[in-house]
Amino acid sequence: MVATAEVQHEELAAPAIHPLREFWFYFSENKGAVAGLFTVIAIVVMALSANVLAPYSPIEQYRDHLLLPPAWQEGGSWAFFLGTDATGRDILSRIIYGSRFSLLVGAIVSTLSLSSGIIIGLIAASFRGALEAVIMRMMDVILAIPSLLLALVIVAILGPSLENAMIAIAVVYLPHFVRLTRASAISELSKDYVTASRVAGAGRIRLMVVTVLPNCLGPLIVQATLGFSSAILDAAALGFLGMGAQPPTPEWGTMLADAREFILRAWWVVTFPGLAILIAVLAFNLMGDGLRDALDPKLRRS
Amino acid sequence: MLVPTFMGVTLASFAFIRLIPGDPVELLVGERGIDPARHAQLLHDLGFDRPLWEQYLGFLANVLSGDLGKSIVTKQPVFDEFLTLFPATIELSVCALFLALVIGLPAGIVAGVRRGSTFDHSVMAVSLTGYSMPIFWSGLMLIILFSGVLQWTPVSGRISALFWVEPVTGFMLIDTWFSDEKGAFTSAVSHLILPSVVLATIPLAVIARQTRSAMLEVLSEDYVRTARAKGLSPFRVIGLHALRNALIPVVTVIGLQVGVLLAGAILTETIFSWPGIGKWLVDSIFRRDYPSVQSGLLLIASMVMLVNLFVDLLYGLINPRIRHAR
Repeated sequence: MVATAEVQHEELAAPAIHPLREFWFYFSENKGAVAGLFTVIAIVVMALSANVLAPYSPIEQYRDHLLLPPAWQEGGSWAFFLGTDATGRDILSRIIYGSRFSLLVGAIVSTLSLSSGIIIGLIAASFRGALEAVIMRMMDVILAIPSLLLALVIVAILGPSLENAMIAIAVVYLPHFVRLTRASAISELSKDYVTASRVAGAGRIRLMVVTVLPNCLGPLIVQATLGFSSAILDAAALGFLGMGAQPPTPEWGTMLADAREFILRAWWVVTFPGLAILIAVLAFNLMGDGLRDALDPKLRRS
Repeated sequence: MLVPTFMGVTLASFAFIRLIPGDPVELLVGERGIDPARHAQLLHDLGFDRPLWEQYLGFLANVLSGDLGKSIVTKQPVFDEFLTLFPATIELSVCALFLALVIGLPAGIVAGVRRGSTFDHSVMAVSLTGYSMPIFWSGLMLIILFSGVLQWTPVSGRISALFWVEPVTGFMLIDTWFSDEKGAFTSAVSHLILPSVVLATIPLAVIARQTRSAMLEVLSEDYVRTARAKGLSPFRVIGLHALRNALIPVVTVIGLQVGVLLAGAILTETIFSWPGIGKWLVDSIFRRDYPSVQSGLLLIASMVMLVNLFVDLLYGLINPRIRHAR
């Protein structure tokens, strides 16, 4: 797509604009998307430098400071800015370290479901017939079961842990990528350039991967970005239900699960981890929306 | 389309119990252990030594005749348990969907009509936030505010323990409305409010967004301009001409929310100790009561498929273009 876009540009507009620059032009028109992008960058920086930024270790328990309120509240201490939890761990440090797990979940789940979705979708589009029917019915089955329920059941089979939660969520998201890949691959396959490539003697694998796939990537990338935020949310939900990361891992959803029994006594142990989830998910959604608008030429001019 | 998918779902839920580490007999006897001879005997009695395809056909025959097996924990037929808990989930989901529609539709319509206004921007901002909301957290925050600080609503359950209401329909609002106990209905309502709001969050956001974009699309159509040119009042143009076509894609989205509601019920019911299907499923997973999970999976997936079918049919009904296209 990149190559053809460039060719078209040189024909249409006199000074050629680099595609990335054009992309940024449309992307930066959307202020929400830019805000989302900067928040995402901030979260990435936070995750990368967690060991520098966090004042304490995320699992170190300060036994003389149990359930300490945040600094600005009476009884709070500036040493523990966002307060401490029921076992005396610093909430700020746990949230900073927690960003690592959320980004990890988003990245791994998106990569896993994107790559396997592309492979399965291309196989379905390439072979058609019975194999395609079987694959698509399997995807229908996955879609018929509410996502969180299916993820819970898969984790029940594999055993609760962050790794298995990521596998479960990747499976749950798989149908979206398979359907997208198959649909756009089939529509590409009927085009002349594919026929030309086939006549030139391209084999099945070369045809699908080298010729067809690059032209299907746009919507897949957008779906992967939006899947990033859903993955963070679902992994936190699984953690909250006790089927994701296991304590004392400072994963945000798991922190909420630990804090549930103290909600009426210590509001801060519940408030901050959830706020972190909301901000992270919102930032990725804003960015994904902007990405979709900037990459989709149909929406762009409206 | 529906039948092969249903067969797939039965296959998936059949496979589920066999994929769990440990065999079904070990699940039944629990942690205590059992001597090998008795183990083999039980396997034979339960039919687990037959070939897999035979077991699957037996399972399918049972499912189709309404026999979904017994819970390992309570020894009750799973289907009976499901039926007693199901009204609670339906009641909660219906109230949530009602909230989502009552707020989401008008908000989406007005935002679409007044595109670019402050109202439009706020609706979009709020709905994107709602869409990104971890509802298991917002539920806890609402409990802190309304049950903790303000003490307006109760923390959990369906009704105050002071009342005993005969479960005639299983729907607490209906049962308490017709009961003699004073204040029972108010108590049921106050228990229902927070969970409904929490469960409504995501459908509300999705419906508002979808209504807005459908409205925008329809308002740019020629026939709307014609209606305006004819001098019809804006109210008639929007309410009569535009809205009817704008609602067509919205109906599909509302249908899709059923799966979202059922997944959300898992979280909402857990937070508010709401005795419905979602909490029952989570508890069953934790109690390792796999027959219950298996049947719950099957029932919920069948329900989602039926609703999707219903929406497809409804779609043809409200959109004549689809009907005549064939």
